[in-house]
Parts: sequence; structure tokens; C-alpha cells
Amino acid sequence: MSLQTTTWQTIGPFFRIGLEALFEADIAGEGVRGERVAIAGRLFDGDGKAIPDAAIEIWQANSEGKYAHPVDTQDKLLEPGFRGFGRLPTDDDGCFRFTTVKPGSVPGPGTTMQAPHLVVSIVMRGLLKGLVTRAYFPDEPANATDPILKLIDPARQGTLVMKRSGEHADVLLWQIHMQGPQETVFLEF
Amino acid sequence: MDLAHYRKPYPGTQPDYLHPLYVSCLRRAPLKPLVKIPQTLSEVTGPAFERERSLTGACDLTMGEHGEAQGQRICVSGRVLDENGRPVTNTLVEVWQANAAGRYLHKRDQHNAPLDPNFTGQGRTFTDERGHYSFLTIRPGSYPWGNHYNAWRPAHIHFSLFGPAVATRLVSQMYFPGDPMLEFDPIFNCTADEKARQRLVSALDWETTTPQETIGFKFDLVLRGRDATPIEPKHR
Repeated sequence: MSLQTTTWQTIGPFFRIGLEALFEADIAGEGVRGERVAIAGRLFDGDGKAIPDAAIEIWQANSEGKYAHPVDTQDKLLEPGFRGFGRLPTDDDGCFRFTTVKPGSVPGPGTTMQAPHLVVSIVMRGLLKGLVTRAYFPDEPANATDPILKLIDPARQGTLVMKRSGEHADVLLWQIHMQGPQETVFLEF
Repeated sequence: MDLAHYRKPYPGTQPDYLHPLYVSCLRRAPLKPLVKIPQTLSEVTGPAFERERSLTGACDLTMGEHGEAQGQRICVSGRVLDENGRPVTNTLVEVWQANAAGRYLHKRDQHNAPLDPNFTGQGRTFTDERGHYSFLTIRPGSYPWGNHYNAWRPAHIHFSLFGPAVATRLVSQMYFPGDPMLEFDPIFNCTADEKARQRLVSALDWETTTPQETIGFKFDLVLRGRDATPIEPKHR
């Protein structure tokens, strides 16, 4: 039996009504081990204007590098209550801010290990289907050998790496550009 | 790690990002090609919402704070399956919609149509062990938008589903049979494959239609399914 996946349609401008009940800015929650960080992001359209009506969803492993999911059978510790999911709308200035812990490394294809990263989904009016990208961590030696970053033109890899704030070392800044010379790399899988 | 991967969509059954008749995409659709990556543990896992299961009463949208919502009462139900025809069980289904007059309870909706104090237009439920879901709601109205001259969206209900993985995430819209606005809607028509478009149109369902009470509409959803067996590159 083979069915075909339902066609995507845009999430539209009024998604807050339906998604608000599960808005979550604190991805890791209390009592979860790891390096605490804040992810301060901002989203821009092709004219360089901030996008005030997008929804951002983040999925990540815990600091051990384990996902709260039955397919992840790694023998690593998982704190009870850790889900690793966050969801926020962008505000009037196109900004979003999550708090979490830096994830550990998770396995990649074959015998590779992936550098710590967040899986980031973006939906909004004007996107007929969702986009997925990744956010990697600054000053992370494992980025150099990450099997996914390796697939990306070196000139564009930087669009997926967050920057450390000059004022607060635990705040990571990230700009997402839908278009333009700085267009963020979006992933297909 | 030996992982079964999710299949690629059939050609033409998903929209392109750039569909110029839909004006909002012109400055928001990515213009560079997406980078193809293999599915890793990060893409074949995804959030579960077990702790939200206790939120009850969210699948009857017709009962407001002070009484019943205005409009025609409908039951929207169906199954969530994967491409292999297997039910997607215990998965979160989020819905939202305009009221009977075509107005959303949202600060950015400035359409000059009345709000209904008894209708918020938001609901959520979970599929059961057979992948079945059901909502009681009000048939939404059409509403105007600024995409082109005299543009009216066909009546629709928004759906958001996660399924078991990041790879199975789906956001879509359910339409109503016989809606004359469908033909003119650039969002509905953004997908090349005619049959794929028609699957977004619900069907009158006598089984969930009840005398004197409710008209039933059936709407099934299909999420990406996994290849039957994990295939390691070395075996190819």
C-alpha cells in the first residue's frame, strides 16, 4: 500500500490561535544538566525587514547527546521530563529568544559524530511549506568535522553558526535571512 | 546507528516555495536551492506531547464561555495515516480557524465582520489507536485578503501535526466540497498535482452526520512514511 503525503499549505498569519497553547521558550526546563545558554534570534525577509509573524520550533538532544525519542537507543542518560522542544512566535521586531542547555554530540551517518546543533523549523505566512535549518554553536571544534556542515558551501556555512554576544557570554545570537546575500542555508531530507 | 529513513514526496505533490501568484512568498521564499542532507538521528526523531494529553475539552470548539458559538455545527473527523497506510497513533492534532462570519480572533485580523464571544476557533486533540481524530466545530466563513483584487479565501480549517519525527511535520489546510472560491485561490492551487490538491478537500460524511444536530465532514491526512527496511549505503 502506498499513499501520498498530504500537501503542505501555508500556516498563514493567524497561527497564534492554534499554536499558542504549546508555546515554550524554555527548552530544557528545570533540573536538566548542561551548559545553560539563551538563543536570541531574529528573522529577516528579502528586503531586510524583520518578520513579525513567523513561528520558530526547535528540537534538540540533551547535554549527553540523547534525544527524548524511542528511536534514539543510545546508552546515554536522559533526564525525566526533558523533551527538547521549544516553540515561539517572532515578536514585532522579528525576534525570538529561547533558553536551553547546549546539546551534546549525536551520531551522524555511518560512524561519524555530529557537532552539537539545534534543529530549527520555520513556518510563516508566505511559506507554502515549512523550512528546516540548523543552528550550530560558536567556538566548537567539532564543527570542523560535522558531516552535515561538510555538505554546505564553505562560504555559506557561517549562516548556520550562532555568534556569542559580546555582553553576555551565555547569550548566542543568530540571524536568519530568508533571501539576499546572507540567505540562510535551508535543508532538505 | 541503523535508521529507517522517510521517503521523498512524489513529484508535484508538494508546493514549490516560490509561487508568484501568492504575493506573500515573493520576499519570504528562499531563492537559493535547499541543501540535500542525509536523514540522521536529528531528523528521524521529534517531539512527543504525552504531558499535554491531559488537556481535555479542547476538541469541542462550539461551546463558548457564555453559550454556543454562532453558525452551522459540523463534525470534522478522519484518520492520520503514513504513506505505508499505517495509522499514526497518539499524535497531536492542532486546528484553528475563522468563525462563521469569516473573522479570526487575532489582533492582526482587521476584517470588518463580527467576532463571536463564544468562539475562539482553536482546538487540539490526539489520534487514537486507529489513527482516528475528531473535532466538533462551526463551519468557517470565507474572508477577504489583500493578495489580489477581490481576493477571498475559500473556507478552510488549519491543521498542524508532528507525527513521530521532524521529517513528518505537516501544516496544511482542509477545505470544503463545492466551494466556488477554490478555483481562484493561489494557496490551494500552488501544488501542481491536481489529485494532491483535491485531497485537501474534505467530503460530506453521513456516518458522522447526526439528525437535527451536526453535518459531518471527513478529512484524512497522510504523513511521510518510512522505507520498509533500513538501507545502508554499503548494501546498494
